[in-house]
Amino acid sequence: MPKIKKHFDRFSQLVLPLSVLVLLLIINLFKGADYFKITMINGVLYGNIPNILFGASELVILSIGMTLVTAAARGQDISIGELGAISSAIFVQYVLNASEVTIWTILVGFLISCVAGIVLGAFNGILVSFFNVQPMVATLILFLGGRSIAFIIDGKVSPILANPISNQIGTVIPGIPIQTPIILTAVFIAIFAIILKTTNLRLYVEAVGINPNAARLNGINPKKVIFLTFLIMGVCSAVAGFIAVNKAGRHDSVNLLKFIMMDAILAVALGGNSLAGGKFSITGSIIGAYTIEVLNRTLLRLEVNPEAIKAFKAVFIIILMVIASPVVRAYAAKLLDKMKTISGSMRQTKGLNKAVVSMADSSVQKEE
Amino acid sequence: MRLLNRSNSKTRLSNSTLLFIIAGIIFLVMYGIALISFPVSFRQFQTFFDFFNLNAALFIVTLGMCIVMIGGGIDISVGAVCGLVTMACAMLLQSGAGNIWAALFLALGIGLAFGLMHGFLIAYLEIQPFIITLAGMFLAQGLLTTIHKEPLNVTNPAFVALRRYTIEIPWLGTTNRLGVFIPCEIKPSVFIVVALVILYAVMMKWSRFGRNLYAVGGNRQSARMLGINVKKTIFLSYVLCGLTAGIAGFVFLMTTGAGNIGNGSLYEIKAIAANVMGGIMLSGGVGSLLGAPIGTLTLLTINELIRAAGVQSNLQAIVSGLLLYLFIVLQSIIMALRDRKGFKLTLPSWLRLQQLRDGKNADTLK
Repeated sequence: MPKIKKHFDRFSQLVLPLSVLVLLLIINLFKGADYFKITMINGVLYGNIPNILFGASELVILSIGMTLVTAAARGQDISIGELGAISSAIFVQYVLNASEVTIWTILVGFLISCVAGIVLGAFNGILVSFFNVQPMVATLILFLGGRSIAFIIDGKVSPILANPISNQIGTVIPGIPIQTPIILTAVFIAIFAIILKTTNLRLYVEAVGINPNAARLNGINPKKVIFLTFLIMGVCSAVAGFIAVNKAGRHDSVNLLKFIMMDAILAVALGGNSLAGGKFSITGSIIGAYTIEVLNRTLLRLEVNPEAIKAFKAVFIIILMVIASPVVRAYAAKLLDKMKTISGSMRQTKGLNKAVVSMADSSVQKEE
Repeated sequence: MRLLNRSNSKTRLSNSTLLFIIAGIIFLVMYGIALISFPVSFRQFQTFFDFFNLNAALFIVTLGMCIVMIGGGIDISVGAVCGLVTMACAMLLQSGAGNIWAALFLALGIGLAFGLMHGFLIAYLEIQPFIITLAGMFLAQGLLTTIHKEPLNVTNPAFVALRRYTIEIPWLGTTNRLGVFIPCEIKPSVFIVVALVILYAVMMKWSRFGRNLYAVGGNRQSARMLGINVKKTIFLSYVLCGLTAGIAGFVFLMTTGAGNIGNGSLYEIKAIAANVMGGIMLSGGVGSLLGAPIGTLTLLTINELIRAAGVQSNLQAIVSGLLLYLFIVLQSIIMALRDRKGFKLTLPSWLRLQQLRDGKNADTLK
C-alpha cells in the first residue's frame, strides 16, 4: 500500500506539466486539425511532433543536468550555454584541423569536447563544493567570460562545419526515418535512466539536497556529490553543444545556446522540482523542456506578434506557477474537502437543523 | 549609552561588517592599483565622478537588488524593468502628452506594478522567486519590444534641459595643457543616487522593516517564531526593489536621453556581481547596504582599469571574470577561516551537564 502511495506521489508531480502539455496540444489542434499529421519525405518523417522533438533536443539534455545540479547544490548553473559554446568550439577546431573527416574523427572530437566540458564543470564544481560559493555566483564567472573564450578558440571567425558526417548528425542519416538529434537525445536519456537505476546517484543527490549535514553524518560526502553533479552538468553541456553546432553547421560563439539557461531552469521548475534542492524528477524536467518547446511553437503558430511573444510566454509561466503554487494547491484541497463533507452530510444536517431550531426556540422561551 | 559602547567593544564583528570591510579594502586596493598604473586619468576627480555620472542607474538597480538579496531572494527582472521604463518614459515625453513629472510618475508606476506583482506572487503564493522574476523579465522585455522597437530620442525641451544640467564644483578640478581650469561636473542623477543610498541605509539599519528583513533572510523559520510577519516583509522587499528599478529607469533616461531596446540589458547580472563584490551574500541575511555602492564602484573601477590597460576587447570579459573569481574565493576563504576559529561543538544541554559532572568527578578522584 505505501508503495502505491509513493508511486502516486511521483505521478502527482507529473500531473501539472503533462496537463499543460496536453492543453497546449489541444490548442494546437483547434488551430488546425492536421497538427499530428506526419508525412514521409525522402524516407524521413516530418511533421509538428518530430519538429518539436528535434528542436528541444539540446534543451532536454541540459535540463537533465540542471535537475541534478539544482537538486544537490540547491542552486542553478547559469553558465551552461557558455560551457556548450566553449566545448563545441574545441570540437569544431579538432574536426577542422583533422586531415580527413571520418566517423572516428567526429567521435574523438566529441570525446575531447566532453573532457573540456568536464574540466569546465570542475571549475564551477570546485568553487561551489569546496569554496562554498553559491552556485549562481560561482557560475557567473564563466557566464561572463565564457563566450570570449569560445571566440578566442574560434579565431575570430565563425568556422563552418562543411563535412557530410556532421551534416548527417545535424539532420538525418540516410536510411533512418528519424532525425539524428532525436535519436541522440533518446540515447542520452536512456543512458541516464540506466545510470539512475543501477547506481545510488539519486539517493545521494537527494540526501545531500535535503540536508547536507545529515548526509555527511550518514557517511555521504556532500562536497563530492555536489562536485559530481557539476561534472555531469559539464558532460550534458558538451553533448548539447555538440548537437547544437552540428544542427547549425557553423560555430557562432556569440549566439550558440544563448540564454538557454533560463529555459533549462524553467524546465526544471515546470517539472514540479523545487529550485531549493532535494527530491527531483528527471521525467518531469524532460516533459517541462518539451512543454517549453511546444509553447514557443504554439505562440508562433497562433501568429502572435513576434515582438510580444516573450510577454505572452511570461503570462503563461505566471499562470502556470500560480496554479502549481503550494498555497493555491492547499486552498483547492481544502475547498474540495469542504465540498465533500457538505455533500456527504447533507441528509444528516437536514434532521439536525430541526433539532437545533427547536432547541433555540426553547431557550428563547426560557429567557422570556 | 555607555552600556551600549561597552557591549560594542566586546561583541565580535558581525559577518555583515566583516564582509563590508573586506569589500571596502578591495575597492581601495583596486583604486590604488589604478592610481599607480594610470596616474594621469585616475588622479583626476572627474574620473571618479564619472563613475556616478555615467552609471547612476546601475548604482540604483544594485541598491534594490541588495535589499532583495538580504531578504534571501533574487530579482532578475530589474534590468528589463529599467529598460521598459526608459522606453515608456521616452514615448510619453515624445508624444507630448506629459511633462517630466508625468514621466517620473509613470516610471514609479511601472516599477511599483512589477514590484507588487513579484511581491504578491513570491511572498503570499510562495512561488520560487527566480521563476517569477524570470517571467517578469520576459514580460518587461516583451512589453518593451511591443510598445516601440526603434531607438527613440527624447527632444522634449524641458527634459533636455534637465539632462544637460550639470553642477560644477569650482574648487575641485584640473587644469588642462593650455592652463585652462576645468571644474568637476556632477549630474543631478548623482544626488538621486546619494539620497537613495542614505535613505536605504538608514532604513535597513534602524527601521523595523530593515531589521525584520535581516532576520527573515537569515532564517525564515526562526523569524516566524519571533513573531515577525515574514510574508509582509518579503512582499515589501520586492515592492521596494521594483520601485527602485523604476527610479533607475528614469535615471537611465536622464543619463542617455534615449529609449532603446538594449537599455539596461545585463544589469541584473552586473547588479548581482556588484553585490557579491560588496559582501552581500545570495543566501540572505548577511551584508551591509553600503556594500552595494562599494561593490558597484569596485566593478566599475575594474572595468575602467581593463579598458585603460588596452586589453583586447574579448579578453576584457575573461579578465573581469577572473577578478570576480579571485574576490569570490578570497571572501569564501576568509569566511571559512572565521568559521573555523569560532567552531564549537554544540551538544544538547543534558549531555553537556553529564560531561561537566564527569569532569568534576574526575577532578575529585584525582
